[in-house]
Formats: sequence, structure tokens, C-alpha cells
Amino acid sequence: MQWETVIGLEVHLQLATCSKIFSGSATTFGAEPNTQASAVDLAMPGMLPVLNAKAVRYAVMFGLGIGAEIGRRSVFDRKNYFYPDLPKGYQISQFEAPIVGRGTFEIQLEDGSTRSIGITRAHLEEDAGKSLHEDFHGQTGIDLNRAGTPLLEIVSEPDLRNAAEAVAYLKALHSLVTYLEISDGNMAEGSMRCDINISLRPKGSDALGTRAEIKNVNSFRFVEKAIRHEIERQADILEDGGRVVQETRLYDADLDETRPMRSKEVANDYRYFPEPDLLPVVIDDEYIEAIAAGLPELPAQKRHRFVEQYGLGNYDANVLADSRALANYFETVVTRCGDAKIAANWVQVELLGQLNRSETGIEDCPVSAVALGGLIQRILDNSISGKIAKQVFEAMWQGEGSADQVIEARGLKQVSDSGALEAMVDQVIAGSASQVEQYLAADEERRKKLVGFFVGQVMKLSRGQANPQMVNELLAKKLV
Amino acid sequence: MITLRPPLPRRQPFPVANTMAIEQNEIEKIAELARIRIAPDQIGQVTARITEILGMVDQLQAVDTTDVEPMANPLDAIQRLRADEVTEENRREAFQAIAPAVENGLYLVPRVVE
Amino acid sequence: MYDKSVAQLVAGLRDKQFSSVELSRCFLERIARLDSTYNSFISVDETAVLAAAGAADKRIAAGNAATLTGIPIAHKDIFCTDGMRTSCGSRMLDNFVPPYDATLIAHFNREGAVVLGKTNMDEFAMGSSNENSFYGAVSNPWDTSLVPGGSSGGSAAAVAAMLAPAATGTDTGGSIRQPAAFCGITGIKPTYGRVSRLGMVAFASSLDQAGPMAHSAEDCALLLNCMAGHDPLDSTSSELPAEDYCAGLGGSLQGLRIGLPREYFGDGLDTATARCIQDSLKELEAQGATLVEVSLPHSHLTIPTYYIIAPAEASTNLSRFDGVRYGHRCANPVDLHDLYTRTREEGFGAEVKRRILVGTYALSAGYYDAYYKKAQQVRRLIKQDFVDCFSQVDVIAGPTTPGPAFALGAKSDDPLAMYLEDIYTLAANLAGLPGMSVPAGLVGGRPVGLQLIGNYFDEARLLNVGHRFQQATDWHQRRPATAPGGTQ
Repeated sequence: MQWETVIGLEVHLQLATCSKIFSGSATTFGAEPNTQASAVDLAMPGMLPVLNAKAVRYAVMFGLGIGAEIGRRSVFDRKNYFYPDLPKGYQISQFEAPIVGRGTFEIQLEDGSTRSIGITRAHLEEDAGKSLHEDFHGQTGIDLNRAGTPLLEIVSEPDLRNAAEAVAYLKALHSLVTYLEISDGNMAEGSMRCDINISLRPKGSDALGTRAEIKNVNSFRFVEKAIRHEIERQADILEDGGRVVQETRLYDADLDETRPMRSKEVANDYRYFPEPDLLPVVIDDEYIEAIAAGLPELPAQKRHRFVEQYGLGNYDANVLADSRALANYFETVVTRCGDAKIAANWVQVELLGQLNRSETGIEDCPVSAVALGGLIQRILDNSISGKIAKQVFEAMWQGEGSADQVIEARGLKQVSDSGALEAMVDQVIAGSASQVEQYLAADEERRKKLVGFFVGQVMKLSRGQANPQMVNELLAKKLV
Repeated sequence: MITLRPPLPRRQPFPVANTMAIEQNEIEKIAELARIRIAPDQIGQVTARITEILGMVDQLQAVDTTDVEPMANPLDAIQRLRADEVTEENRREAFQAIAPAVENGLYLVPRVVE
Repeated sequence: MYDKSVAQLVAGLRDKQFSSVELSRCFLERIARLDSTYNSFISVDETAVLAAAGAADKRIAAGNAATLTGIPIAHKDIFCTDGMRTSCGSRMLDNFVPPYDATLIAHFNREGAVVLGKTNMDEFAMGSSNENSFYGAVSNPWDTSLVPGGSSGGSAAAVAAMLAPAATGTDTGGSIRQPAAFCGITGIKPTYGRVSRLGMVAFASSLDQAGPMAHSAEDCALLLNCMAGHDPLDSTSSELPAEDYCAGLGGSLQGLRIGLPREYFGDGLDTATARCIQDSLKELEAQGATLVEVSLPHSHLTIPTYYIIAPAEASTNLSRFDGVRYGHRCANPVDLHDLYTRTREEGFGAEVKRRILVGTYALSAGYYDAYYKKAQQVRRLIKQDFVDCFSQVDVIAGPTTPGPAFALGAKSDDPLAMYLEDIYTLAANLAGLPGMSVPAGLVGGRPVGLQLIGNYFDEARLLNVGHRFQQATDWHQRRPATAPGGTQ
């Protein structure tokens, strides 16, 4: 049978506040265990939560970013369960009245096409602590530094159909939240974690199949692998006439497989009810309008503008608009050099290539956008050739200065002096009698190919600095 | 001296509904949710007591609450927001001095199986 | 000194008739000598008391004393005290020494008051007789075979027996007013949100409120001045500025409209107690107040409503007691589940476990709408009754309890009978209104209380009514005979 995959994602996004959602503890990553766990975070008796204004603001920014309804009166609830990394025995979350309601979200697929993905809701909640299982004589160690870090849980509709779409969705989400600067989006540090709901159904069917939930997958690559694996597993079961069990599974990256969680959680009954230590959060028009007015241009808007304003293709626009820093870089290069197409090419090929090879972020790029724009200008004004420009770029990367400084210091300026070029052309022609003979004997078509030899020789003689266009013109004049 | 009108007809304070008897296994389920062990010789008595209490609260079922907004806070107040500032310092030593089991700054519990 | 009011002690310290150290020693000595009879204190740290008293004396000498500087005050063992065991009457917290103060304690410390000790209470404030304490029952100083009421029974008994000039308590369903009534003292539960809940071990978050317990309304006003106010660390704390509760104490009652809910004078109210209440109302009438009959038609629903909401909130408030970070932990847990279930089995007493189970049930899947949501809806109906009443009257008056204190053990095996004790007090908590109990007579040598319920944030008026009543009566000056120095 042909199966269709149905995927919905729940993303837990850590918000980039400096203090926790309900206490004044720091949220810095990587601190010594339990040094950022205050009496509130430890659920000491009598301790009470007070809501962080910035967490609310960030949630609203996200809601506006996906065009969602903002909950004018959102309510916090207690989600009750016992676990050692959950000090109060309940998580403060939002159940019936989330701060962000339904919205939609445009994602861009590899082939450049776009899809609209529904967001069911997004709500604020607190993160749990961490359990460490190593080296405690068979016991588990609990670090509550992370407990109380603000999370925005973003729940998608089951609109995704394969691993690639899921990854595209996550990348687009990552791009949005980093644009908004509401999260650092650092997946390695767990700033963005993903639960995957996945089920199969016969192609053409509208009914949803039984789903499995894969918990806590925290890299794009693992999401892709976990989904591929899970599709295979469920398809095998269904093909054999079996039934998929509704359960929570873990993705094991080492074994590249999902397996059921072993914890003997009795049928979950979270006993949600309104958190009596907090009051409803009321958001008015003025607050929303002020936030809306301060929103930056978002990835989709930027993408569309890049296509229109610069005449870029969808793919290029998508790559360049991926992060605000890269997009800003690109636009600075364009402003400096005046040619969007060549700028787009340089940023994507040379710059991103170099950044990837050296595992450097755009923020730490040793060549500034203005400097790269300056380099491209030298290509455009024929001071150097594209090939030489790559050498200059290398040197700039190594810190040898601006394009002009490198060109000057290394004497790379293109030779456009017609006298000097003529001398070189003459020298090459004089030393290549047989090639000249061949050339002269050839027809028009063949000549076009043979002329390359002479150009190459002149370039070699000029150590690449001859202006290729002028060399061509001179050769055309002299080879008669 | 004020004379009050005769009070409303006497209401049975606790009309205990015998029909709502809760099953013992339901109490066991609830106790598991609440993570409270109940010794086997006490489960019968606990069930009886809770049945009485639930019977008493069952009189609410008769009240018409159509269109009545549930009241979570007596003042119907709204949430104040706190500025995003770090106001807490590290007090691990003081907090862990009263903890039953700690090592290397971590709270210890029996092995957690995921 | 022990038989003086707080107001008199404040004057005595100011006028250097005695020092805070002398005053504190006097109460420490009485506690040491007499409290074996009452069991009203769980913890008393003499060294800390005398150190605080010494510091207060220095401050008085330096001329920068605040009103309560040097006054020893007993605190219910529900308020966290930095460096001093805070047990909440439970085995679960028998070893718990918080490294922080409750906001309320911090207020008293800033004022220079002396923490005299921590008083006995029903475990986690769940009870109406103070028999549910891990530290044993408290006896009523008026008759040691009787209960003192609960859950602030230790505070009430300590004040009644003159082991402390005043005390703090908490009131979730009557836990200040009922023991105040049973022990012949004055106690006020302020409007929900008037006094910070931070550092007060939570029972039912939307109902809990701390308040003062003392001999007189005037003393309560002095304490409340120090307790009330906005706390930015308690989201449910009111931002309304606190008042000077002493300022209006002497105001006339002329023209005051007092509502008498007929539901509070019906069946179930002890006849002799009713007579005391009627006499008290006559006194208020004599002072110019008008008595108006009113109705609180949903009164009969307060007990079922309360016994869903309070246990539901409590069931999850008490989830933090899991043996991991503080408090009791069972010996040698074999696994995590064993750690949780055995720690909580051992750490909690019967009534607390019962309420956790009821609350868990009321919130569990399939029952939430029928129980919890329903109760929250009825709660609004109950509040609306009061809102309607306060459009006609200024205060509401009635009995605090259906009768005087009952015998120790009389109801301890019958939770439903015990719950009935709070029938007149629960509504003020459900509605969030301030409520006060003032001594209103003796029935067979047992005190009874007049309850006054005010509109939101109208504590000053309640205290004014209580004070004027106490200017004309002497019930609040009677002292139990079992306590040396007693007058009755």
C-alpha cells in the first residue's frame, strides 16, 4: 500500500530573557549545578511565582510574527506530575487560554517552492531541570539551573508530510525567532527542542492514523533521521497488518533508532487547573500595537523583497534571508558595490563557503561587508579579474587589509595599459608560430576555440593581471 | 432586640449521596497519582471517608451554574509583570545544607529510568 | 507585664517602665512554666529571643524605635523564619530550617519586634481543632479538656493563656477567627491579598490569608499596620496602599448599617451562643448602628464549595514535599516511586492525606468540570451574595462558630462533623472578604465570638466596630482561670 506521512511538531523554544520566567535567577547556560536555582526555582515552601514581562513580550512578538491572534486574556495553569527535575510537582504552563492562538507560517522547500504551515497555538511555560545519570553510584543527580527558564511551546498543525518538510519548517522557525531576537536558537544548548508527532495513513485517506510521539530531538539532522526511521518502522508494522501503538518514544542518535520510553508513567492525568498563584495576563491593543510597530522585517517579507528589489531567484533569496545578520551583510555589500547579482554570488559562494570551511559565524566574519563590497567594486571597475579577486579575498580573510591594500601590496592590479598589453601580445604571438599558423588556417568557429590559447599565454605572462577583455580585443586585431 | 424572620426551611447540611460510592480501586488510582502510599489495611477506611466527603460535595451538582464564570481569584485581579532582571544570587550552599542527599552540587535521587 | 495589651506594652517600652529583655524573659518564663499544659508552642529559641530583645532595647535607647520595637510576638509555625525550624505542624517539615524569612516575618523584624516562638497548628493548616498536629493537640486555656480551635490553635491558646501578648495566624476557611472565638481573643483575617503570602507555607493559594490574633481589636490594628502592604514577590498581593488601621479606631458607629444574614441564625446555631450574639448586636445598636436583615442565599453551599477548592489547590501545593530537596525523606528508598510514595505516606498525617486525595480526585480527568469548575462557579455565586449585601449594609455580623469549643477527641474521627465547625467562616475566604472575630460572651465558661465581615479592604471599619464594641464590653479582658494571672 502507499502510505502518506502526517507530522505535527511541538517545538520548545527557550526565550532569551536574562532572568527566569517566574523568578529573578539568571538563565546563563553552563553554570555550575544548582547555582542558578533560587528558592522559587527549588520550590521551597511558601515561594511564589511572579511573571517576567519580557517573556510575555517575546511571546507576543512571536504571535505577531506568524500573524496569530494574541490571547487578550491568557491564563496560566498547573500541569501536575511527579518528576525529580520538576521541583513543585507541577509545571506552570498554559492550557485553555494560551497567549498565542492560531497562525500560519510560510516555509520554503529545497526546490524553492513555498508551503503554508498552520500553527495551532503557542504558549508560555517553564522549563524543567536536568537529570544526570552518570557517576552517582547508581543514583541520578538533579541540576535545577534550567528549571524555570522561559519556554514558548509552539504547536504546529499536522500539516507536514515528510522529513524534509519538517526540517524546512524547523529552519524557518529558527530563522523567525532569531530574526525577532526572542531566542538565541542555539540547538546544541537545547534552546530549541522538538517533539515529533508522526503517523501514517493510506494515501488518499483523510483519517489520521495512530501516532507515536518522539520526544526531545534537538538538531535538524536528528529530526530528519528520527522521522525517516519512524516512517520505516510504522510502515513495516502496517504492511505486516499490525497496529501502531500510541506511545512516547525516544530517538537514540547513537543507534539511529527510536525506542519506547521505559518510564512507567501511569496513564498521564495532568490535572490541569488555573494556577492560583498567578492571575490572568491581560493584553490590550496599545501593548500589541507598540510591539507590532517595533518588529523587524521578518524572513518571509525579506525573501520577497530580495526577489523583487534585487531580482534574485527564490533559492538565493532564501539563503540570503536566512538570518538577519547574513541578510544585513548582503545588503551592505550591495549598497557598497551596487550590483546585487554579483554580490549575491560572492556572499553565497565565496563568503559562506569560507565561513563553513572555517566554522565561523557571520557575526565573527573577518571580512566586513563594506570590505567585500570594496573588493567587488574592483572587479566591476576592471581593476582585477574575478579570478584574482578570489586571491584578494583569501588575503583579506587572512587579515591583510582591504581589497585595495592587498591589490597594491601584492601588485595585483589588472594591466589595462594598452601599450604594455600590446607588448605582451606581440611577445606571445612571436613565440607561438605554429599556433598562429593553425589559427590562421582555421575557420571562424574553430578560431574561437584556438584564441583561448593565446589569451591563456598572455595571462600567464601577466601573472593573471592582464585585462582579459583588452587582451581579446588586441589578439583579434593582431591575428590576421 | 432584633427579631429575625424564621430561617429558611432547614436544609440537610450534608445530604450524603450513597449512590456515588467510590470504588476502592479508584482510590488506589488517585493515591498513585498523588504519590501517596496507603497501607493495605487502611485502604478500606480511607475509601469510606473519602466517599463520605465526595457525597457531601456532590450537592453542588444540583446548582444551576449556567453562564456563571468560574472564579479563580476572589479579587478578579490581573497579573502584574516583573522586569526581566537578575535579582537572585547563588545560595546553593544554604539551600543544600538542608537537603537530604546532595553530591557535587546535585540533588540525588534513586536512579531515574527514562 | 504578661496581662497587658500590646498597646500598653508599646507605651511601657517607650516610657522605659521595662525593657524588651525583661518583657521577653517574662513571656519565656511563662512559656517554660506553663506551656506543658497547653502545648501551644512548637519551637522557642530563648537565645535568639533575648538577642532580638537586646537589639530592640538598643534601638529604643537610640531613639529610633518603631511602634512594635521590642514587642515579643508569637508566629504560627507556617511562616518561614530564617534559621529557625518551620514545621507547619507536620512530620514532613520537622527538620526544615528555612534559609529565608517570610515577608510577614521580615516586616516584623524590620519593625524590631521579637520573634517569641513558633506556635502549634493543625498540620499544613488543615483542621478546626488543632488535633491534626504532628506535635500533638493543643489544649484550650479556658478548659484544657477542650480544643482551642484550629488551625491557628497554638497562636490562639498562647495569647489566651498570656504566653504571648499577640500572635500571627493564617486563615484559609476560618483558621484565625474560629480559634480566636474558642479562646476568647480577637482575630482578623484581612481581605485576600492584603498581607503577603510569600514565605507562608501554602495550603490553598486562592483562600490563604495571614492576620493578627491578640486580645483586642486595637492590638490587632497595631499588628496589622506592620503586616499589611503590597509585596511585589506575591502576584496575588494587592497594590492598594495599606492604611493606618489605628487611625479610625475611635470613630462613632452612628449610622452604621449592620447586616444580619438570616442563614447565620438558623438551625445548627447553639441557642446560648445565639443569645450572646444577640446581646452583642444590641450593644452595637445602642451605639447607633442599625441592624438590617439580609440574606446570603448560597450559604448552604459554602462547605461543599470549600471542600473542593481547598483540597484541590492543596493537593498540588503539597506536591513539592517529595523528599528530594528538603524535609522528610523515607529511609533507603528502593527506587524513585518508593521515595515519593513512602516519603509522603510517612510525612503527612491522615487529614492531610485525605484532603490531598479528595483534591486529586476533584481535579482528575473526567471530574474536573463536575467538581472543580462547578465549585469555582458556585464560588462566584457566593461572592455575588456578598456584593449584593454590601450594597445595603456596611458590615455583616453573626456568630463566628455554631457553638463554643468542643471536647478534645469529640470530632477527631468524624471529618464531616469537623467541617461543619467552619460553616460561618468559610464564605469570607471564598469571597476574599475581611472577617474578624471578637469575644462576645461566655457559654458555660467557654468563650464565643461575634463575627464581623466587611467589604473588600474595609479592615479599618471592622477594627473600628470591634474596638468600639470592646470599649463598651469586657469580654476581651477576661482571662482563663487555668492560666496563672487569669481573672475568671
